Amino acid sequence: MKARAEALPTQEMLINMGPQHPSTHGVLRVILRTDGEVVVNARPDVGYLHRALEKIGERVTYAQFMPFTDRLDYLASMNCNAAWAWTVEKLAGIEVPERAEYIRVIVCELNRISSHLIAFGSFTADMGAFTPFLYAIRERERINDLFEDICGNRLTYNYVRIGGVSADLPDRFLEKTKEFLDYFEPKIPEYNKLISYNKIFVHRLANVAAISGGEAVAYGLTGPNLRGSGVSFDLRRSEPYSVYPKLDFDVCVGTGERGTVGDCFDRYMVRINEMRESVKILRQAIAQIPGGPVMAKVPRAFKPPVGEVYFRAENPRGETGIYLISDGTVNPYRLKLRAPSFVTMNIFEKVTKGLMIADIVAVIGSFDIILPEIDR
Amino acid sequence: MGAHRPGNAPPEGRQMSHDPAHSGPAPAVGPVSLGPEAHVMVGNADKFINWCRKSSLWYLLFATACCGIELMQTGASRYDLDRFGAVFRATPRQSDLMIVAGTITHKMAERLIRLYEQMPEPKYVISMGSCANTGGPFYKDSYCVVKGVDLLIPVDVYVPGCPPRPEALIDGILKLQKIIEQKRNFAAKA
Amino acid sequence: MEPKAIFEAVKGKFGEAVVELQEEGFRPAFVVVSPESVREISLFLRDDPAMKFDSLMCLSGVDYKDRFAVAYHLHSLEIGHRIGVKAYLPREAPSLPSVDGVWPAANFQEREAFDLYGIVFPGSKDLRRILLPEDWVGYPLRKDYKYPEFYHGIKV
Ligand code: SF4
Repeated sequence: MKARAEALPTQEMLINMGPQHPSTHGVLRVILRTDGEVVVNARPDVGYLHRALEKIGERVTYAQFMPFTDRLDYLASMNCNAAWAWTVEKLAGIEVPERAEYIRVIVCELNRISSHLIAFGSFTADMGAFTPFLYAIRERERINDLFEDICGNRLTYNYVRIGGVSADLPDRFLEKTKEFLDYFEPKIPEYNKLISYNKIFVHRLANVAAISGGEAVAYGLTGPNLRGSGVSFDLRRSEPYSVYPKLDFDVCVGTGERGTVGDCFDRYMVRINEMRESVKILRQAIAQIPGGPVMAKVPRAFKPPVGEVYFRAENPRGETGIYLISDGTVNPYRLKLRAPSFVTMNIFEKVTKGLMIADIVAVIGSFDIILPEIDR
Repeated sequence: MGAHRPGNAPPEGRQMSHDPAHSGPAPAVGPVSLGPEAHVMVGNADKFINWCRKSSLWYLLFATACCGIELMQTGASRYDLDRFGAVFRATPRQSDLMIVAGTITHKMAERLIRLYEQMPEPKYVISMGSCANTGGPFYKDSYCVVKGVDLLIPVDVYVPGCPPRPEALIDGILKLQKIIEQKRNFAAKA
Repeated sequence: MEPKAIFEAVKGKFGEAVVELQEEGFRPAFVVVSPESVREISLFLRDDPAMKFDSLMCLSGVDYKDRFAVAYHLHSLEIGHRIGVKAYLPREAPSLPSVDGVWPAANFQEREAFDLYGIVFPGSKDLRRILLPEDWVGYPLRKDYKYPEFYHGIKV
């Protein structure tokens, strides 16, 4: 090999991937330095979608910020809505009716499924298999229909309110959800048959960009990316909030099924398995949901007490943390959104050293990043 | 799809492509001798060119934010945008239509203009969603969102919504097809 | 470990460098430290067998009008406790040592604090603007930030 390299001197090349690129999931830009097909260095350049959510947060009231949380992670709007509500409620000490908490958990888990579906679909499409994407969207459309019933929108829901949810569930919603779950559950093995264990697919993912558990923790990976590295840590379990303690589910971790623990395949598999767990949670929540009001009494000109709070929730992409400082007025004083994808991008440069160019796409897809969260 | 409407492509053209016995050369314009069996259509060149253009609108996959997901879902199962001859391309050099789906920030603005310039003529732009139209929810308080993509490039159709439903986007594409239909490609003789 | 106990332990080790414990109205509670000693205290918090704060959840800059602050939220996966660490900085030339050698997760978040607040982190691997373009003027999350009129000829 060496002799050939000497005989054929090669030069490093600088390749610009993005911000407009079909597999960077939005407007991520990666500056690649390559030696032939091998990546010497891949440096992410982010910020092409910086919409100043944190600044906006300081200029609007607590309730007005709710629609902006939709746009923090539009694939998991319900989860972001709920995370914001939980943060403010923790700051102000608001008791939320139990029915509202159950509704939140139901919509959050539905949203987790639909978010993982996009992760699954677009990831397989990036890997060159377009059909699974159509399957994933087919299922996702049904979840969109359910959400449309609740709040009238397909993507940006703005459904959760500080102190509860904006309206009770519509008629027959729970039955429809059950029907959907009965329809959806057998689809997961179908996905596995369709693509997960496909030889080419496995080859492209196994042993690529393996991250050890210790590294994952140090680099601040959370959610499925952390669990893919074999660390069994789920905020719904370890720092339970809402009604999660009453629900029984397994924390899925990567096992190195087809390669090393923490490789792209493990991260992918964790998401597939999590959909199954979400179905389990949903079934229990539907069985347990009590009656009653869905909104606590919250004054119109809502002013929480002075204080600082950090709350984090387990969103489909990991830990969405909100650091909120209140000075006792109607507007938040400072609002820091700790977005999982942003922190995840930290490790990108490290894990991509020495990979092939095509693997870069696999790594981006397996992290399941989303750009508005990186840039905010 | 548009060919069923009156005033569109000449019906003979449709007939020919449907009749397996006559799957001869491509429909030509003007009196061309193709043998006794062939159908010949004579029509307005403008109409024909516009019909071709509007029926194969290849759009650039340019999804920056939330609206991009709706764009994706419009192109996938259920809404199936391919029905209208619109399929996505990953590179601007192969696309006729740019659907600006999502927020454009100042950092992105330069790249957007460059992408637009890379597209071959004739090119069209659909601005999808409030962000691309006006800056949307970020109009008032954001320091780095461009307040409307029409500050950067010319726009043909605006689709309102945050995000617009897939039906709305499809409607926007049909509107664009109407615009293309009316285009005069040859200047009238003086 | 309770915040009180953590505070006592850090205070015992670092003395003067540890200023106070902010508990009332703060969840989690903050140990306020002097900016120069942030790196040493971080190393201690990470490596001490009783602390083991192996994960930096969140690093944020804050503008308190009269001064800046950098807030660190730490969590220990092994022990399961949490604590906040905060360092106040003067408004003029705010700067404090980088902790990306302690928790690599800090790098991007420090760059963000630099980008939006202008807080400098000497010793950082790579400190550049991250979200805004390189030639952006000003630090937008500061409370006294004035929105620019134009950027590259486009109205803001
Ligand atoms: S218009 Fe609304 S949905 Fe579309 S990109 Fe802007 S904020 Fe997102």
